[in-house]
Amino acid sequence: MTKFTPQPDVTGPVPATIHSTSAPHGEGWLSMLRVAVTLFVIMTLLAGIVYPLLVTQIARLFFPWQAHGSLINHAGQHVLSGRQAAGSILIGQYFSHPWYFWPRPSATSPMPYNAAASGGSNTGPTNPALIVNIKARVAALHAADPGNKQPIPVDLITSSGSGLDPDESIAAAYYQIPRIARLRHIPPAKLKALVNRCIIERSLDVFGQRAVNVLELNLALDRAYPR
Amino acid sequence: MTPNAWLQIALLIGTVLLLVKPVGAYMAYVYENQPVPGVGRVLGPMERGIYRVCGISPQHQQDWKRYTVALLLFNLLGFMAVYLLQRWQGWLPFNPAQMPAVAPSSLAFNTAASFVTNTNWQNYAGESTMSYCTQMAALAVQNFLSATTGLTVLVALVRGLARKTTTELGSFWVDLTRSMLYILLPLSLVLAVVLVSQGVPQTLDKYITVHLVQPFHQAGSSATAPSTLITTQTIAVGPVASQEAIKELGTNGGGFFNANSAHPFENPTGLTNFLEEVAILLLPLAFCYTFGRMVNDTRQGWAVLAAMVILLLALMIPCVMAEQAGNPLLVRYCNQQPTPLQPGGNMVGKEARFGPVNSAIFAAVATGTSTGAVNSMFDSFTPLGGLCPIWLIQLSEVAPGGVGSGLYGMLMFVLITVFIAGLMIGRTPEYLGKKIEAFEMKMASIAILVPPSLVLVGTAVACVTAAGLAGIANPGAHGFSEMLYAMTSQANNNGSAFAGLNGDTTFYNVLGALLMLAARFWTIIPTMAIAGSLARKKIIPAGSGTLATNSPLFVFILIAIIVVVIALTFFPALALGPIAEQMQMMAGHR
Repeated sequence: MTKFTPQPDVTGPVPATIHSTSAPHGEGWLSMLRVAVTLFVIMTLLAGIVYPLLVTQIARLFFPWQAHGSLINHAGQHVLSGRQAAGSILIGQYFSHPWYFWPRPSATSPMPYNAAASGGSNTGPTNPALIVNIKARVAALHAADPGNKQPIPVDLITSSGSGLDPDESIAAAYYQIPRIARLRHIPPAKLKALVNRCIIERSLDVFGQRAVNVLELNLALDRAYPR
Repeated sequence: MTPNAWLQIALLIGTVLLLVKPVGAYMAYVYENQPVPGVGRVLGPMERGIYRVCGISPQHQQDWKRYTVALLLFNLLGFMAVYLLQRWQGWLPFNPAQMPAVAPSSLAFNTAASFVTNTNWQNYAGESTMSYCTQMAALAVQNFLSATTGLTVLVALVRGLARKTTTELGSFWVDLTRSMLYILLPLSLVLAVVLVSQGVPQTLDKYITVHLVQPFHQAGSSATAPSTLITTQTIAVGPVASQEAIKELGTNGGGFFNANSAHPFENPTGLTNFLEEVAILLLPLAFCYTFGRMVNDTRQGWAVLAAMVILLLALMIPCVMAEQAGNPLLVRYCNQQPTPLQPGGNMVGKEARFGPVNSAIFAAVATGTSTGAVNSMFDSFTPLGGLCPIWLIQLSEVAPGGVGSGLYGMLMFVLITVFIAGLMIGRTPEYLGKKIEAFEMKMASIAILVPPSLVLVGTAVACVTAAGLAGIANPGAHGFSEMLYAMTSQANNNGSAFAGLNGDTTFYNVLGALLMLAARFWTIIPTMAIAGSLARKKIIPAGSGTLATNSPLFVFILIAIIVVVIALTFFPALALGPIAEQMQMMAGHR
């Protein structure tokens, strides 16, 4: 009466450890390679081309000035082209004439404030070369303003991490007021007011340090008191 | 420390902790393969399209060996792509600065190993070496994919803990695709746009040339060489913001520019500095909550998170203090006191907008995670200030470590802790109901001992070879610190440096690349083996004798085990470098 029918395997499902190398869905070794290559190409296009170009488009639309390097002209206005620019508000420039505010020392090579080759001095805290450099910078400050006996703010004689630091401490700017006042015949109180106008406060009054943008300060100085 | 320093640390940790739960819960949706609320409507069709094109069956699960093989294969492709794009960049588009092929080949080899392993050690200066094409399509892509690799390993391990009597750990392809589409790409897009708004450039135009406000004479390279009049400044720009965002979110750390996050274009304001720190800490800490959700006990996640944050703060605070205290050798020459008008402290290699406080906080954040970004130059830190980042890396990058890799590294320590505690109370060690047996212990021991061994052997090799010693920039104990730091950083996939060391030599390029690859994959493979082994086990209900792994006591034991097993391993080496130098400095020697 009964007819033989093949029974399902009563011992349960096939243990999942057993895989056939020709199993579908990308599980054979060769198809695994194919999946890997295809997925890698897609991810490279997505993260390496689509994503940066999308950010570029959004930036161009909403923040064109920032996206192109935050350039300003001599009047302190925002510009988009290097030809019209006096510099970037975010990238320091080297000022060596004593009638300008000096920026922090820069260790970039071959010249200071080389914005195509950022970097610090990497001198260690006990390296004799550090002391030699510090002494030379102290001597240069004293030579330019022999009458100034104030203590020198540390950031004015130490090179920055990027070599492009656009800022210096307020103390470093104040320290240089007597020299510039004497050479440009400007009352120190007016110079102090000028410095104070260029102070960048902490972000949200909490993050970062208060500082003075040196390029902005020197441009403002030239505008207010042309030589 | 100034009140502002405490406030900034509190705000940073507080902000990240507030974000842990929402972001962690969101990631739990992603890895439990549920439809993701909100963005799922937009990205879901894209996800399914990718599966169709690649021939991926999203329901198909892999065992630990196939998962690992898929991962290794994918990383091998990434390695080859980064190497070849560097060598061919001269012929490729998006190269307005006309950068030639990256040479020598050992440098391209080191860089490929570095970016594939989420290390981002850089023996090159970005703005003078890499074309925009290489930065975007090779380096930034690996910033994404190496972070994704870390996430996939972690997800597999967590599934191994959460599932029972199965060999299935999920699909590497699906985990990778979902990590990219739902987590890394959207977060990076948002952060990149915010960074642009603050002044980070994003352009494919060529470098900008401006006429200097005050031209100056630059002395020749030798005493007899004529001086040159410098009238212009070339300003390197590029697609910086898109790379900067994933550099932090993926705990990669490889800068677009040589000066990394000290460069005003990578990190222009105090606000960007804070956002970058938050972005670095976000995913490694948030995944602790995801982990808790996936094992159905969020307190397990919080316990691990507590250990991570305590270790991080324990080295962050002394770092801030040491840098704010300044360099006693400079006291005669300048004023290092913090006042409302100046940050003071040790300002060598630091930016005025950050000062010692933000520099030291960033240093701890970027070395406690495997990021290795810097906003100041560690080589110029005070010896104790420099010891903090190096020790944070030497903890094997678990405080809180890299995206994915930090938590799976920490879970290895948890297994060791459970085992040792189990021996002390005479019980079979278990974690989350899984028996921890000889196989798991062997694999966890390998994963934990590989990085320290690589560090110490690598440093020893560098110390006794002429090629190793030739790279040193600073004399004395500091030179040893430079070598120790280089090996520590690469053998823990961190990537920061005491940058004075000249690493672009065949010796350092090849040795470093081997250390990075070994440190990455010799920990991933044992971790995956543990994931496979745990998934096969039953889950035993907790009894009265079970060690609670979510209690403050357990957190304390976990920290103690990490300190004893790892931190003290390096004490002799640290004594020869930073500690010896600190003694010299305090004694007034230079």
